[in-house]
Amino acid sequence: MSEVPRFWRESRHRYRLVGTRCTNCDTLYFPPRVICPTCRRESVGKMKEEEMSGAGEIYSFTVVHDGLEQFKMQIPYVMALVKMKDGPFVTAQIVDCSPEEVKIGTKVTATLRKVRSEGKEGIIQYGYKFTICP
Amino acid sequence: MRDVYILGVGTTKFGELWDLSLRELASEAGLKAIMDAGIYAEDVDALYGANTSGGQFVDQEQIAALIADYSGISDLNIPSIRVEAGSASGGAALMQAYLAVKSGQLNTVVVGGVEKMTDVPSEVATEIIGGSLDAEWETFFGATECSIAAMIARRHEFEGKAKRENYAMFPVISHKHASMNDTSHFKNIIKIEDVINASPVAEPLTVFDNAPISDGASALVISADLKKINNASHPIRIKSSSAANDFLSLHDRRSVDSFRAVKKSSDSALSLAGLDIGKIDALEIHDSYSIAALIQLEEILGKDAVKMTEGNDFYFNSSKPLNVSGGLKAHGNPLGTSGLYQAVEATVQLRGKAGQRQVKDPKNFLIHNMGGLGTTSVSTVIGVD
Ligand SMILES: [Zn+2]
Repeated sequence: MSEVPRFWRESRHRYRLVGTRCTNCDTLYFPPRVICPTCRRESVGKMKEEEMSGAGEIYSFTVVHDGLEQFKMQIPYVMALVKMKDGPFVTAQIVDCSPEEVKIGTKVTATLRKVRSEGKEGIIQYGYKFTICP
Repeated sequence: MRDVYILGVGTTKFGELWDLSLRELASEAGLKAIMDAGIYAEDVDALYGANTSGGQFVDQEQIAALIADYSGISDLNIPSIRVEAGSASGGAALMQAYLAVKSGQLNTVVVGGVEKMTDVPSEVATEIIGGSLDAEWETFFGATECSIAAMIARRHEFEGKAKRENYAMFPVISHKHASMNDTSHFKNIIKIEDVINASPVAEPLTVFDNAPISDGASALVISADLKKINNASHPIRIKSSSAANDFLSLHDRRSVDSFRAVKKSSDSALSLAGLDIGKIDALEIHDSYSIAALIQLEEILGKDAVKMTEGNDFYFNSSKPLNVSGGLKAHGNPLGTSGLYQAVEATVQLRGKAGQRQVKDPKNFLIHNMGGLGTTSVSTVIGVD
């Protein structure tokens, strides 16, 4: 059970796609960072949390046929690099569609889903997945 | 500063070696390297051990101490340190050992790499390999390392920079070369159609685009001790070694389908060696995935790389021999060992002892070992004087 904090620590960022904006160079980062990789020390204390809109488009993707034990039931599943409207790229699954519907440039939107569960009776972990915009 | 030479090399066979443990593999390679160098344990000032994920594969940490112990040198209190940099652990350990000897504090050092991957089921191995990604923001969501490579490939094709065939041919070259190497994991010859039509792992990549899960160990003895260099049967010089890093995750990179760190480390290694790429006779690169091989070559060789995949330039008897060992793809990829086996191959080739797959009269090898997909990059130039 010592693993529990590891899972809830990032849950707020995962549930609502909360990143951090460097107010020194006005760039939004996701996942959240404490230091801006462009401004470095000038950004210390100037990173402010900001929620993304959830809108984005597929920048690249793959259909996974041989994956992690945790995701075996979902095979084949689509993993994508989503370019968010707010700027950052996000690595996530595309769900509720057949792989043939997924193309580079397809507009997608974030949705909160169960991502994985730890062990047989373990904790269910939630996070974002993306669905194709109607 | 003084020159550093490889005095001896040793390697185990690579593959699914059910009857050999991590410690047996490591001591076999280490002993072979020491005997090849013509030295004794008393001559060794330090041991650098490369290993990527022993803690997860075989529940063993402090692996350098274990290697030293089971190589029979613990009574000599020789300092033994593990170096970990994902799948670049071997190259990184060689670089640290080289710098230590170059500095003058140490004279003769053993660098050994070992990985025992087949004690866990293959899905578990896939998960452990994924440990080089960001656990919180990639793996958590279902990404495997192969899926990241696949997304690089898809985007690269979309940008019109390469076609499927331009990278599907790297496994073909590696298998051809591995068929002539006794220590290879695979010895079968394959065709480009076999690669493209094999069962998919992460589209467009198939099982043949992926390097295998292998057990194996390799070791080198390096030294700046003039007496030992003169006594060695065939010393080969390490001319430079240089590393560079990029963002851990692909989603944070400035570009999704280039490896900026590879350009930095290879340019730096060439410059430190006082050579330009034209003076490099052969390359060993990190073909963990076929697409990774192509992107590395675009960084190291420049724009010509894609065009060169359309001819026969990369075979051992051609203009730019590539992965004449059989590469990670076909000689095998025991993660932390792979960068050191590249150096073993370069040494054997530069000695002119590579048999059937011998490159004609090589003077300089560039070897490139990589952690993850472009995250950690280590380039080393090995050559004759
Ligand atoms: Zn900034």
